[in-house]
Amino acid sequence: MIFKDFSKEWFSNVPRDLVAGIVVALALIPEAIAFSIIAGVDPQVGLYASFCIAVVTAFMGGRPGMISAATGAMALLMITLVKEHGLQYLLAATLLTGVLQILAGWLRLGEALKFVSRSVMTGFVNALAILIFMAQLPEFKGAGWQMYVMVAGGLVIIYGLPRLTKAIPSPLICIVVLTVISVFSGMDLRTVGDMGQLPSTLPMFLLPQVPLNFETLAIILPYAIPLTVVGLLESLMTASIVDDLTDSDSNKNRECIGQGAANIVSGFFGGMAGCAMIGQTVINVKSGGRGRLSTAASGVFLLIMIVVLGGWVKIIPMAALVAVMIMVSIGTFSWASLKDLRIHPKTSSLVMITTVVVVVLTHNLAIGVAVGVLMSAVSFAHKAALLMRIGSELDADGEHRTYHVIGNLFFVSSGAFARAFNFREVLSRVTIDVTRAHFWDISSVAALDKVVLKFRRDGTEVNVVGLNEASATLVGRVALHDKPGASDNMPLH
Amino acid sequence: MKTILTCTDGSSYAPSTYDHTAWAAKRLEASVHLIHMLDPHRERADIADFSGNLGPDTGEELLADLVNLEETKNRLAREKGKLLLTAAIRHLQEAGLSKVTSEQQHGELVEALTQLEENSDLVVMGKRGESAGFAKQHLGSNLERVIRASIRPVLVASRKFEPIERFLIAYDGGPSVEKAIRFAIEQPLLKGLECHMLRAGRIDEKAEYFLQEAAGKLRQAGYTVTTQAAPGDPEHVISEAVTQKRINLLVMGAYGHSRIRQLVVGSTTTAMVRTCHIPVLMFR
Repeated sequence: MIFKDFSKEWFSNVPRDLVAGIVVALALIPEAIAFSIIAGVDPQVGLYASFCIAVVTAFMGGRPGMISAATGAMALLMITLVKEHGLQYLLAATLLTGVLQILAGWLRLGEALKFVSRSVMTGFVNALAILIFMAQLPEFKGAGWQMYVMVAGGLVIIYGLPRLTKAIPSPLICIVVLTVISVFSGMDLRTVGDMGQLPSTLPMFLLPQVPLNFETLAIILPYAIPLTVVGLLESLMTASIVDDLTDSDSNKNRECIGQGAANIVSGFFGGMAGCAMIGQTVINVKSGGRGRLSTAASGVFLLIMIVVLGGWVKIIPMAALVAVMIMVSIGTFSWASLKDLRIHPKTSSLVMITTVVVVVLTHNLAIGVAVGVLMSAVSFAHKAALLMRIGSELDADGEHRTYHVIGNLFFVSSGAFARAFNFREVLSRVTIDVTRAHFWDISSVAALDKVVLKFRRDGTEVNVVGLNEASATLVGRVALHDKPGASDNMPLH
Repeated sequence: MKTILTCTDGSSYAPSTYDHTAWAAKRLEASVHLIHMLDPHRERADIADFSGNLGPDTGEELLADLVNLEETKNRLAREKGKLLLTAAIRHLQEAGLSKVTSEQQHGELVEALTQLEENSDLVVMGKRGESAGFAKQHLGSNLERVIRASIRPVLVASRKFEPIERFLIAYDGGPSVEKAIRFAIEQPLLKGLECHMLRAGRIDEKAEYFLQEAAGKLRQAGYTVTTQAAPGDPEHVISEAVTQKRINLLVMGAYGHSRIRQLVVGSTTTAMVRTCHIPVLMFR
């Protein structure tokens, strides 16, 4: 089976995969450099990371055709670690992230993505787009009008050129044209070379220079955990985007392990942690990339271009990079979500906006997602609690009332449940029919207890009928009302 | 009643596949179930746009484009498949078969086969598929995978059906070819045909002994059997014997080598199916 899939996943789409790999590699270079700058490390850290991650995920990932490399979402989480402890600790944190991600894959946490609602995902990409855009703003600080003109010109090329030809990647032309202008005009523009060291050799295997003790762990763990979560989240989200685009399935847990392995390799070869990239992946599929070969090719071409063209990369003006990153930001943002604000339920929109706001305030996608997930859970619980109805009818003799309970009973709906009974009415018998209700937790059982005991203290005989099996086990284990001496226990309740 | 599962894709091998099916169905007194797969080949890209930029909601646009493109293409493919199956049924009915059913499925043949095989006794398919026409020596991409995955005997149809009078068992002593011999003894498909057995490769006393023993079993079942043990490269020896003895059907066990070796150099089985221009009945 493995071999059958092997050749299918690698060699069914060879020419297209190779060309798409080149298109993606061309776009990966400016991004890897830009994300290194965001993280505060030399561009070579991001470039080595992109090479390692792309190649390793090509072999070990669970989603053929997906592009993984150094990413903005991850870079944003590393800023303070790099600032306070330096590159070596980042490499150590990258290794730990990889280990945690593999662990997550083994524990099948890929399934946990189902708890992240669509609103939270939309909030995630919107927040990411905003942060990538904001990260470009410092480049304008102190720069003259030339910078603005160059960036604007770059964007015109990026979005205008495809109207003329779709045969050449427009971001590449943008970079080439802006570089030529910058070199020959003699304008005072910052270049990539000013931002730190660029790779001149192949990446080399190195152990991070950190002491192996608990102090180190205490430093890197608080970074590795959000890196793990955000990395897996963006990767799995991207994987499901590719699933949709290509109408095929992927192995989410294998993807977790692949991402982990990629980060471990990246950490050992002097690269930063990364994950799947939504924008690059869309570019890959758009360019015709479908198989694992496209991912591997993007990494290999990236390295070849960097090593061969190393000297030229240095003279690329930052303006070109900023233009490409603004494009990435525009492409990452879900513009449809703005339109949807009017159509979608208010709670969904609120979850989305809250996720964005929290991320923009904390610069931490993990916190934003956690808040978003929590909010969606609370809003769902609130809605599910509304799915409860209690009706009743009085017998002709006026002595016996039957209450019909329908719906979900749990901690949120327990209060409404208890309030729905009329204890003022004088009756000799009450029947509570819960055939069409379900008791989910001890709060709801306690509420039923309270109602039953209250009736009994008034001297009313109570019958609970129709507890379904699941409810019955829970009630049988927890409830007091059906045990001897129930009434006496009431004060303790 | 026995059932033959015939896979068709409308390639130039299709008519011959039906003829082979008819031959086998008559001998086995079997009903025929035709299957046509609509494989959208999602692992391949239909469109490519190298502009490499990301505009607002590029992902959504791309999805819409891909859906539109595939919608038209796959609707056509479905209609084409329907016509194909109608023609196939007519072909089989004209050949004198009455019990023919047909079915279309989405997905890959190999995947569909695992459940379809359950209720069938023999699988028939063409040597080359629709997409393999351009490369003459290239086997149908599905063929090798089907043979490898199939739990039933697979009859691989050649380009043109010739009346089958003589068959050759390529005897390698493996468990798959033993299965072939058991099939020949128990099933009526090959009964009454002239049987030749050939042992190629390294020949020693043991090989000779097992060959004779297997031939003995076939003789007991009423076959007239000639045996031959020829040293040399199996691929070469077998294809030579096929031409010399004017064999109409090659019977063999499939894929004895390790997976790694197949991946690198391809297997004898694949080579045999490719070089011999006669139908092959394969057992795994």
